[in-house]
Amino acid sequence: MTALHLRLGVLLSWPMVALLGLGAVPFVLLLRISVARHDPNGIALSGLTLHAYGALTEPELLGALLDSIRLAVIVGAVSVGLGYPLTWAIARMRRRLQVAWLVFLLATLSLSDVLIAFSWQVMLSKRIGLSNLFVALGLMDGPESLTPSAGAVVACLVYLVLPFTVLTLFPVFSRLDLDLIQAARTLGASPLRAFLSVVVPMTKGPAMIAFVMAMVLTVGAYVPPLVLGRPQSWPMAVLIGSTALAGHDLPRASAMSVFLLAATVLLAFVAFQATRMRVRNS
Amino acid sequence: MKAAGKILFLGLLAIFMAAPLVVVAGVSINGTQRMNFPPQDPSFVWYGTFFSDPAWMSAFSLSLIVAVLAALVSVSIALPIAYAIWKYKSRLALILESLARISFLLPSIVLSIVFLVFWSAIGHVGRIEDTILSHAVVFVALPLATIGMGFRSVDMALIEVARTMGARESDVLRTVIRPIVLPYIVSGLVFVFILSLNVYIIAYMVAGFEVETLPIKVFNNLRMGFQPTMCVGAVLFMLLGVFAFSAVAAIGDLPKLLGGVSRR
Repeated sequence: MTALHLRLGVLLSWPMVALLGLGAVPFVLLLRISVARHDPNGIALSGLTLHAYGALTEPELLGALLDSIRLAVIVGAVSVGLGYPLTWAIARMRRRLQVAWLVFLLATLSLSDVLIAFSWQVMLSKRIGLSNLFVALGLMDGPESLTPSAGAVVACLVYLVLPFTVLTLFPVFSRLDLDLIQAARTLGASPLRAFLSVVVPMTKGPAMIAFVMAMVLTVGAYVPPLVLGRPQSWPMAVLIGSTALAGHDLPRASAMSVFLLAATVLLAFVAFQATRMRVRNS
Repeated sequence: MKAAGKILFLGLLAIFMAAPLVVVAGVSINGTQRMNFPPQDPSFVWYGTFFSDPAWMSAFSLSLIVAVLAALVSVSIALPIAYAIWKYKSRLALILESLARISFLLPSIVLSIVFLVFWSAIGHVGRIEDTILSHAVVFVALPLATIGMGFRSVDMALIEVARTMGARESDVLRTVIRPIVLPYIVSGLVFVFILSLNVYIIAYMVAGFEVETLPIKVFNNLRMGFQPTMCVGAVLFMLLGVFAFSAVAAIGDLPKLLGGVSRR
């Protein structure tokens, strides 16, 4: 037994050093800094004050947190709403088409959110953007810039999140046993009923994971809301970024991060709790 | 009717997903300095500018170096964990796996502050290894997931047969397990490589002034105004993404590597 432990110790030593040293320790440091005193010249690991957390009672920050949460729920719902039928379709495609779709979706991951936000800005601009297309179709009177707007932020974030949604849902949809649906149909269930009683229960869990993942990606996104959103509705991520970069106030940025993280965890918890409750009711 | 609806839905989504790529590619072949779409006097003049400008080339190669090394480091962390979980059901390895998953699931702005605080606190600031290690740790969950899937796909009967025929443990590892798991390792590498290429906020907070990767340079340039050259970088990344995942699809069974079942 000890020989095994020794072997495991050697095998896992590097992963342990890396994940504790660069994962756990930095996180504890974040908590520590959030209660340290502010040192404008850099970083101070001294002092114990809740001053930075006091900032969280400012209405501006609470508003930004609400904006973050609202954006996360909308992007999560739209991404899963589109990704669910898309993954269903991809999972049923002929192999070559399926691989083509997967490579296409994965390849969009190689573009930075900076570039995606930029190209949405171009697509929504006054001079060469979508509004010109709408004018040509008679939907709008004259071309205008469609940014900054909440819609632009949502469109860009859905774009960034969708590949992750499909990746999360693909395994379960791909393994879904179509015979079960066939059996339900043979036993007299309508297509809708067969879908609701076979497909939905089997895919509910992964769909919720995809939803939570979309929310986390949205809450953490900095560039899209900064570039495409209205300054008065900038979410927490943008404020955290500017506090750390322009304000050089690390305790405050850390406290805001802890706050945003707590809100995200709570949001994920509520989402998972909601799915579990529905399972019990049905 | 149903089929038409499905084709319409897939078509619209394909347009939605392709639109930014088309716009970026279109702008990159504009003949003029202004941002035009559809492109006017198409030419590859900006590609020439990109490749002869040391600043752009340095950002591009920095991005590649960071992404390649981050992918290797990330897999070097993930592989032992996945092996220890599969082979020994090690509890320590399971704890490390959850730690990796948590790191991946933190909002990226929070991660960027975590790393900013960490590298400043230990007084090791603005180095390329900071960026590499930060990316590697953030994305460990991905190779961990793919490699774990690879180990689980090994048929135990195969190992039994190999042992019965007198193969030693190391032979089994080399001749049975390695060929099965290798495509999953490659796909893990590619995932970290591609995601690391596109990280902006973490790379910026960690060492954005010293280690100016392509997304950072593009963002800095956006503030100063539009330059067609930045779209050239985007197109190169796009081609890299298509190439990398096509390569994965060519050496392995992509649907299976992503956790699905392969179809005819």
